[in-house]
Amino acid sequence: MEAMGLLIDYELCTGCQSCEVSCKEEHDYPVGKWGIRVLDDGPWEIEPGHYNWNKIPVPSDLCDLCIDRTSRGREPICVHHCLANVMTYGSVCELAKKMDGTKRQVIFTPVYKPYEKLRD
Amino acid sequence: MALRKTASPAVKLDSLSDVNDLGKPWRFTDEDTGLTVTRSCVWSPPGCHPVGCGLKLYTDENGRLVKVEGDENHPVTQGRLCVRCIALKDYEYNNSRILHPMKRDRDKRGQADAWEEITWDEALDLIEERYTEITGKYGKESFVNFGGTGREGGVSCMTYTAMVWQTPNACYTQSGYACYFPRLAAGTMSAGLVYPEMDYAGCLPGRYDDPEYHVPEAVVLWGKVPTVSNPDGAFGHAVIDLMKRGSKLIMVDSRVNWLTTRAAYHLQLRPGTDTAIGMAMLDVIIREGLYDHDFVEKWCYGFEQLAERVATMPPEKAAEICGVPAEDIIGAARLYANAEAATIQWGLATDQKTNGMQQAQCIIALMAITGNIDRPGGQITTGGAVALDADTEEDDEYMPYMALDDDELRGKMIGLKEYPAYCGMSQNSHADLTLRCMETDEPYPLRIGAFAGNNLLACTSAEPKRWEAAINRSLEFVIGFDCFMTPSIQAVCDIVLPLATVVERDSTVAAAYGSAPLYFGTQNKCVDEGDCRGDLELLYILGKRLNPKRFEEFDSYYDLLQFLRFGKSRMFEELREQVCIQSKNEYYKYEKGLMRPDGAPGFNTPTGRVELYNLGFQQFGDDPLPYYEEPDFSPISTPELLEDYPFVLTTGARTYAFFHSEHRQIPRLRELNPNPLVEINPETAKKLGVVDGQWCRVFNQFGEAYLKAKLTVSVKPDVIHAQHGWWFPEEDGNAPHNYGVCRSNINNLIPNFHVGKLGFGAPFKCMLCNVEGTDENFDTDMQLIQDKFGELR
Repeated sequence: MEAMGLLIDYELCTGCQSCEVSCKEEHDYPVGKWGIRVLDDGPWEIEPGHYNWNKIPVPSDLCDLCIDRTSRGREPICVHHCLANVMTYGSVCELAKKMDGTKRQVIFTPVYKPYEKLRD
Repeated sequence: MALRKTASPAVKLDSLSDVNDLGKPWRFTDEDTGLTVTRSCVWSPPGCHPVGCGLKLYTDENGRLVKVEGDENHPVTQGRLCVRCIALKDYEYNNSRILHPMKRDRDKRGQADAWEEITWDEALDLIEERYTEITGKYGKESFVNFGGTGREGGVSCMTYTAMVWQTPNACYTQSGYACYFPRLAAGTMSAGLVYPEMDYAGCLPGRYDDPEYHVPEAVVLWGKVPTVSNPDGAFGHAVIDLMKRGSKLIMVDSRVNWLTTRAAYHLQLRPGTDTAIGMAMLDVIIREGLYDHDFVEKWCYGFEQLAERVATMPPEKAAEICGVPAEDIIGAARLYANAEAATIQWGLATDQKTNGMQQAQCIIALMAITGNIDRPGGQITTGGAVALDADTEEDDEYMPYMALDDDELRGKMIGLKEYPAYCGMSQNSHADLTLRCMETDEPYPLRIGAFAGNNLLACTSAEPKRWEAAINRSLEFVIGFDCFMTPSIQAVCDIVLPLATVVERDSTVAAAYGSAPLYFGTQNKCVDEGDCRGDLELLYILGKRLNPKRFEEFDSYYDLLQFLRFGKSRMFEELREQVCIQSKNEYYKYEKGLMRPDGAPGFNTPTGRVELYNLGFQQFGDDPLPYYEEPDFSPISTPELLEDYPFVLTTGARTYAFFHSEHRQIPRLRELNPNPLVEINPETAKKLGVVDGQWCRVFNQFGEAYLKAKLTVSVKPDVIHAQHGWWFPEEDGNAPHNYGVCRSNINNLIPNFHVGKLGFGAPFKCMLCNVEGTDENFDTDMQLIQDKFGELR
């Protein structure tokens, strides 16, 4: 099976947390449980006047890539609601073609509850 | 502002899959789930400014809202959505919502368990009885209606006062009306423009690729982070759309924020010194001849005088005042002026300083002399011909308010004599003078009041304890209406009416209050809940009771809605099938005679030009030209205070989680920002002996607040930033605790009566303070929040 993933153009991720809350609503995750979290790296100064500040949505071990939605042809709910429109769902091969090294990007291929396979 | 006939097909986002709901009608059945989907353009509550984002509301066979999703058919939001509407279900079915009218004896104000549930008939009888009795004794002017920001109720405040309460005293309770209106006033007085907005192609069917549009080369965000804030009704992430299309950013902001790290220029000024930057940028542009000579010659008034004035503030001088390198001011001015199209979003920070009207004057001048007003990709405007009065036969879909038609009564508006520009334009009594009136009964007693979308003790008002005491001293009967019990209602109200949310009632929304050509939507009801009534429905019900003659012409709520919000030729049912219709717009209206009521070319000002030398300011007793003035409390103006209060305090940077004081009881939102934060530079914290996460006492000569330290280089070492709007719905509501509203309220440190000459502006963004670490721990227990509010009704 083709590996599916999320391409995130974190160059322009504003950290709006729509992915986090969408995921909680879609999967009914309560306080303390997350399917995706926005990693907040910054601000810290690289040199005077220039800061590193990247916000990167990172799927957790509760991310199932919205299998209920994607099996019906819809995109994961985090992708649908992303205010900056910087998330894309697709096959990793197709997503990789959208990476050309000119901007900050990352592809995630999350696995849902990976611990369930630890004793297999 | 005229609308297009029908909704245009939305431009599909690349990330949206091929299976989607594009082209679906306003109500349809979802094939996968069998749920009924109602498309809606929502406004409030839950609180927001009128962006009118597109939602798909999924209801089951019992009429219960089970799911919310962004509507990809919306021309601007295109399916995207922020956390507050994503969590709408948690707000709608929150177990602490007010669902029925309740009353309480006046002598039991502050007692959380003294409320008694009553019927609507009983509530209306009681209101009518007390209203008739008190206004009979003290006059109609003894009624004051406290308006809040953004929400439909707050915006309808003037209409309530004019049509229902029949009092001249609508009062936005923030000192100096330090929110939005100063910008409107400056825009109106300078150019006859209500609010020149950043043009993000919101009214064009092809959006950014529309042939009429031009992507601006430069975008200036001045005292505004539109992605995080609810930027006066604009879709904030349009800035990201523009950055993807090549726009360069110029940020004027006292804090490093995420956007400043992506900006070509970040002018990180000392809070409150913006006018100096504005004058210096004008000076650079004029001295270097970078302005639009043709526009200045044809359409500006007072250019020579302006040039002379801003020459007194060269970039080197501004650099010293603001703490920004002169070469950055020069570089930013050049980037802005040399762009073929450039646009400015001017933020709330403009209003939150005593010197704010002068900053606004500078910003309008920048827009004007570079020829960016009404240019594609510049500042989009409605033109000046839009009346603010609803009483018109035109087919105009916007959001006007009604003015009181009794001139004698209108003349009694508190502050009209002292601040005629403020009161005359806003149709509001002056906030600071209204406070004084409640403290002294001068010029006459205020004895009865109501809240319209306002939680002043937690959010809007400076020196909130003083406001509480003044209200409890003077008002014999106070009416509240809201979705949730607030500290303000708990402390001072005698009756509370349950307010419907955005999914429980039909209404309309004009994006950005209709002050820019964008789009017009319908808020479509899909849920029936308790005894709740919508803001305008409540206006209809109360109006029928208290002013039946005025409401004779309305046979239903929908008649009133039509009268107030849209033209005479279309019905709500017809509009709602379109859900969201873009406005018609023409650029360069000033050349075509579309900006003045008389149809002549030019701007809607006495001179027909953009008044850089402002005759309106002059008429009302202010300098016609911009000038820089230090904040009343600052390292320069009050150096003697620095020993006690060595830091500049700026407040109220927005979070994604909350709309002002709302949403603290929504677990999935509170979790994003559980505690009230104060930002301290790590270098400063080290000197203070404060560590990250420690609770601190932030204080000055006016008061104190306890907030949790967040150490960050976002603020310079001599600046402290504190969040606003905090209270704790999980805590005891009984007086004096009142949900802990005093503990972390940064407005305790902000004084009233430090307004500008025209009565506008107050120092919410530029005070002095000190900070000390404490041994206290007020950390929010998120499990407690989940347990208390997480189980939905």
